[in-house]
Amino acid sequence: MVITNPILQLKKVSISYTPGKNAVEEVSADIAEKKITAIMGPSGCGKSTLLRAINRMHELYPDIKTMGEILLNGKNILKTNPMEVRRMAGMVFQRPNPFPTMSIYDNVIAGYKLNGITLPKQEKDQLVEESLKNVGLWDEVKDSLFKKGTFLSGGQQQRLCIARALSLKPKVLLMDEPTSALDPIATNRIEELLLDLKNEFTILIVTHNMSQAARISDYSMFMYLGHLIEYDETQKMFTNPSDKRTEEYLTGQFG
Amino acid sequence: MRDLIFKRLLSVCCILILLISAGMIYSLVSGSIPALSHYGFFQFIGSTEWDPHPERETYGALSFIVGTLLTSFLALIFCIPFSLPVALFTGEFFRGKKIATFISSIIDLLAGIPSIVYGLWGFYTFRPIIIEMGVNSQGFGVLTSSIILAIMIIPYASSLSGEFISMVPNELKEAAYSLGATRYEVIRTVTFPTAGSGVFASYILALGRALGETMAVTMLIGNTNNLPTSLADTGNTMASIIANQFGEADGLKLSSLIAIGLLLFLITAIINLIAKLIIKKLN
Ligand SMILES: Nc1ncnc2c1ncn2[C@@H]1O[C@H](COP(=O)(O)OP(=O)(O)OP(=O)(O)O)[C@@H](O)[C@H]1O
Ligand SMILES: [Mg+2]
Repeated sequence: MVITNPILQLKKVSISYTPGKNAVEEVSADIAEKKITAIMGPSGCGKSTLLRAINRMHELYPDIKTMGEILLNGKNILKTNPMEVRRMAGMVFQRPNPFPTMSIYDNVIAGYKLNGITLPKQEKDQLVEESLKNVGLWDEVKDSLFKKGTFLSGGQQQRLCIARALSLKPKVLLMDEPTSALDPIATNRIEELLLDLKNEFTILIVTHNMSQAARISDYSMFMYLGHLIEYDETQKMFTNPSDKRTEEYLTGQFG
Repeated sequence: MRDLIFKRLLSVCCILILLISAGMIYSLVSGSIPALSHYGFFQFIGSTEWDPHPERETYGALSFIVGTLLTSFLALIFCIPFSLPVALFTGEFFRGKKIATFISSIIDLLAGIPSIVYGLWGFYTFRPIIIEMGVNSQGFGVLTSSIILAIMIIPYASSLSGEFISMVPNELKEAAYSLGATRYEVIRTVTFPTAGSGVFASYILALGRALGETMAVTMLIGNTNNLPTSLADTGNTMASIIANQFGEADGLKLSSLIAIGLLLFLITAIINLIAKLIIKKLN
């Protein structure tokens, strides 16, 4: 499978938490622009580890070593200022984590506040409305913009976190099991939202939920013990996987 | 059977402690009634007069209330620029690292130094510096006591607030980093606001300690019964006037000292209660 004009390229990426033991082993993959790419695999296979390398999150922890090359929008992320990389690669976490001391409004534009960028009020209002509309939260919260974000339901909080990431207009959105802490209805809403968002954004999503990957993703990766075993169009992978281990995983024989 | 005996024993001990506390409060209140009823409560706390002359005996607590609040709040202010960095160091920058544990244990050691030792150090080592600086001729006074008090409360303020800072969830900080924030920005906009009320409560608890601190202050404040109006002034705190004068006091004077003790107890109890409430609300 060849991806033309990839927005993100992983080249022999290896990551270790302890020296000599790689949690991710020489993973290479090109990620298609404005598509949803799912990363699947059994627990502990290195999905989160790989995802967090893309926005240089590992650098917060000095023991973690990342090797290989990652190109975002053609630029080597290691040669780019990490703050800039993180603004280009937005991240949504497993558990919704709105800033508890900030209002809904401030949460949405937290990226700007944190970076010390002051926008004119009108622009802020517009950005907040646009980002919240993007995640389908506007109608639900437009009358309580100045209440704390932590008063929302889990699903709403997660959509708020997505809006927070989107407000910085990232190139890619990195999502680590964004629905695993949510109930089926909230999960459904987020899945629909992601399908909408891919018109504008590239999404890389880690998921344990195979049917979720099948429903929403265009491309899928299957990882096992730190290795990228198979990477293909989701359709192809789910109907006709080429590796035995992928097939076993997808048919529920392990993982 | 043994369980029952054990339980009984525990209840008896608890009740005993409660009775002792109640008894203490009772004797404080009953001991202060003569003075408070003689002068009236507001007259007593509002007057700066402290005149033990037998014919015109008048006692008022204001000078000492001011002395206590002034030295304690100054100590709090002086302690912030030192305890806050220590708290950040142990709770954020080196959280979970050996160096943080090392620093915490040194700080805890400081907390264990008896206050008389601080007093001695203040008297023989620090006071000459104050004299050298030309603050006043003897080196005693509000400034000297406040600085020593500040050193004494730094361990409490920094270890407790460091704890609150280290409790800020990693995922929250990661969320901020993932939006492109620098470490400084994360601390300013996420760590501090999130740990804020806990840090605030830590400082209130530290203030509570400063308010009741007796020995070191008694050795350094100069023990004069006047209303301190500047940092260079000498004075007395509520605790130090009691420590100084209870030995030869009787009658109205003794009752006045007990009343000051009661007031001090109330002030520290309220301060501690506020801090505990804030901390409880956090959990
Ligand atoms: N902070 C860490 N320190 C040391 N080892 C870690 C750390 N985080 C993860 N690992 C190890 O790295 C490997 C990959 O972990 P990772 O979290 O990336 O797996 P995952 O595929 O995301 O699993 P899950 O589906 O359970 O989230 C695992 O073997 C794990 O034990
Ligand atoms: Mg994971």
